[in-house]
Amino acid sequence: MAEPRIVIVGAGPAGMRAAARLVEAGLCPVVVDEAPASGGQIYRRQPRQFHRAAASLYGFEARKATGLHRMFDALLPRIDYRPETLAWNVYENVVHLRHGTESEALRFDALILAPGATDRIMPLPGWTLPGVYSLGGAQIALKAQACAIGARPAFLGTGPLLYLVAYQYVRAGAAVAAVLDTSPLAGRIAALPALSARPSMLAKGLYYTAWLAAHGVGMLSGVTPLAITGEGRVHQLRLRDSRGSEQIIACDAVGLGYGLRSETQLADLARCEFAFDAPSRQWLPVTDTDGRSSVPGVYLAGDGVRAAGADAAELAGRLAACAVLADLGRTVRPAETALLRRRLARTARFGRGLELGFSWPARLAGELPDATLVCRCEAITAGEIRGAASTFGAPEMNRAKAFVRIGMGRCQGRYCGLAGAEVLAAARGVPVEKVGRLRGQAPVKPLSISLAGAAP
Amino acid sequence: MTQAAAADVVIVGGGIMGAATALFLRRYGRSVILLERGLVGQQASGVNFGNVRRQGRFLPQLPLANRARKVWGELQELLGEDAEFVPNGHLRVCFRKEEVGRLEQYAEDARPYGLDLELISRNALRVRFPYLSADAIAGSFSPKDGHANPRLAAPAFARAAVRAGAAVYENTEVTAIAKAADDFILETSSRARFRAPIVQISAGAWAGALAALFDAPVPLQPRGPQMAVTEPAPYAIAPSIGVFSDVEEEGVYLRQVTRGNIVYGGGLRGPALPEIRRAYVDPANTLRQFQHVRRLVPALAALNIIRTWSGIEGYVDDEIPVIGPSAHTAGLYYAFGFCGHGFQLGPGVGEVMAELIATGATTTPIEPFHISRFARA
Repeated sequence: MAEPRIVIVGAGPAGMRAAARLVEAGLCPVVVDEAPASGGQIYRRQPRQFHRAAASLYGFEARKATGLHRMFDALLPRIDYRPETLAWNVYENVVHLRHGTESEALRFDALILAPGATDRIMPLPGWTLPGVYSLGGAQIALKAQACAIGARPAFLGTGPLLYLVAYQYVRAGAAVAAVLDTSPLAGRIAALPALSARPSMLAKGLYYTAWLAAHGVGMLSGVTPLAITGEGRVHQLRLRDSRGSEQIIACDAVGLGYGLRSETQLADLARCEFAFDAPSRQWLPVTDTDGRSSVPGVYLAGDGVRAAGADAAELAGRLAACAVLADLGRTVRPAETALLRRRLARTARFGRGLELGFSWPARLAGELPDATLVCRCEAITAGEIRGAASTFGAPEMNRAKAFVRIGMGRCQGRYCGLAGAEVLAAARGVPVEKVGRLRGQAPVKPLSISLAGAAP
Repeated sequence: MTQAAAADVVIVGGGIMGAATALFLRRYGRSVILLERGLVGQQASGVNFGNVRRQGRFLPQLPLANRARKVWGELQELLGEDAEFVPNGHLRVCFRKEEVGRLEQYAEDARPYGLDLELISRNALRVRFPYLSADAIAGSFSPKDGHANPRLAAPAFARAAVRAGAAVYENTEVTAIAKAADDFILETSSRARFRAPIVQISAGAWAGALAALFDAPVPLQPRGPQMAVTEPAPYAIAPSIGVFSDVEEEGVYLRQVTRGNIVYGGGLRGPALPEIRRAYVDPANTLRQFQHVRRLVPALAALNIIRTWSGIEGYVDDEIPVIGPSAHTAGLYYAFGFCGHGFQLGPGVGEVMAELIATGATTTPIEPFHISRFARA
């Protein structure tokens, strides 16, 4: 019998660990990744001609990062690694890949999707001004290119990344104007019991905030963002503080982000079942504890299923590989899966704590001025989305998309979909799960008509 | 058992056929209930290419297409919106010498039906449509045709029908139809019941099972169009353009919307699953289409597609729809099975069906589409 073909999409922590486990079992998986080098977003490698020390790139995680990189590099002779390759569609046990100007159809016996996550964005007036970046984008600029988004950036949003990026910017020499968190301090205190599931992570978080305070960076919690303003670029950020007074923060750039959203389009194209996840207010693919989706042969791991961070992704990647092996009839020691599940459960508890402490500010969507852009690809405003509800009677997101074009542009709703759903739900006066989710449609990213390729 | 809601006419299926019929029936003063299993215009009517094209049709269908074209030109007055109808013309081009004569023949045959087509030589194509590839050796131009936005059209008809007094029930699937005395009784998935002396079945790919309760079975297959759209590009392509070819996968068509995106489709069709209400774009078709749209407009190679989609269309074996009264049951009417070319006809079918139901006759010939053609010998 020919060796089963296992395709892993994503070479971040989840995909790397999945590959390693399959190699341990004597298999040779295909690993597909969009980036030129492995590591994912969190352990992104600097370009070849850059020579900064790991400690300055990854901070506390330097050892973990270099360890994973070394581990994966050692796998290379034993895997079929495809960097700079996009998985643009999944259809009937075939994954379609684009590399350069060619498309290739790869039939698989098992597919492990570990595509990661992107920033989760809540729009505000002025968020499309030059100088506004997502938090992840601000971090990549620093990590990959040694560039800052501004000399005096403000960071707005919520989540651990907000503080981490601010810390990294101060360390890199930027004069951070302020760190502005929409979550109330009380929420984070309420989340402490869950966060203490991982004491070292909690300690790191506390360290960053204490360090920022010690370095004179202003930090506000429970803020309501009002607008980013400026002529042709960012000049200031207006907000209401937790006591209700308006404040103006002078800044030349804004890093914006409210936690992460999973990249679920491939799971959707593979026809995996989704369910609404109330704590994170997102529709996410359904899996069992080990990462099996509702579709036989399709496995999901890491932030692409549920944003839980890099350590959870490593565990989930390895566990998904164990599930693949077990389903292929290979022996997997029960002790191994049991240990992985236990450790993953702990990271999940911590993840729940983060969602509680740094909650997605759904309420802001209902308050957005009508003129605020929500879908920037198609230039669709909050008012137009409300019009989809009032004029056209759109009961859910795909219908709103059909009528007013929200989510119809280049990003296919990856960035505006969650905020748009909140705007539509608020306009209709229904819970956000009632307006559903934008269905994934191929291609996962824009695909050139010049592409050549044969049928499988 | 719940009391059945009653009307003069119950229409089963809220695609563009059903929605347009509902509106025109209101104009005849008939009370109308429109029942739609999902949302109005969600399948074939909403996912198609958006061609408002007459040329190339089965010739006996042209009077109906002409009538539909007249309504397309009146949408603004009729609906208060135009569904982005742009009458910029429709161009058919061919790549092979032997096809040129057939374009010429069609133009000659269509003239008696009032459809004037302009034949364009290779050199003139270069001048008037400079983005076309040199492979296009002849064209046939229908200046008054064009394209519209299918996502908007059927819902606009349904909203206008509601404003005119029709009752539209979405998420209401008809599970059974029976005739008792003078009335049809319709059972639905939402448990609501409806009754009327007249029923129109315009349920697209789902119509076969309902029609088979009363007439000879119609050989109807569900298939999905394979559609795609590019990122926006500077506006350059005014008409809707299609390739005339006997080779199925070469038959692509494209149009550019005023905001710049190029919508295209054609070639092989994809799988459609009415039972789960989904249809898919086969990625192999996406790659095949790339080749053929590049051959039609080479500059498109510089663009990306950003989305593909499909939906469920009903195809009859003889490639023409079922329109008109039942062969056996008084008060029952059909308008379904439009084989991927119903969008342009929709407003005309609505007018004709309303006329037929309200007055007992129509001035537009529709005999070739009668369901009796499937009656067993």
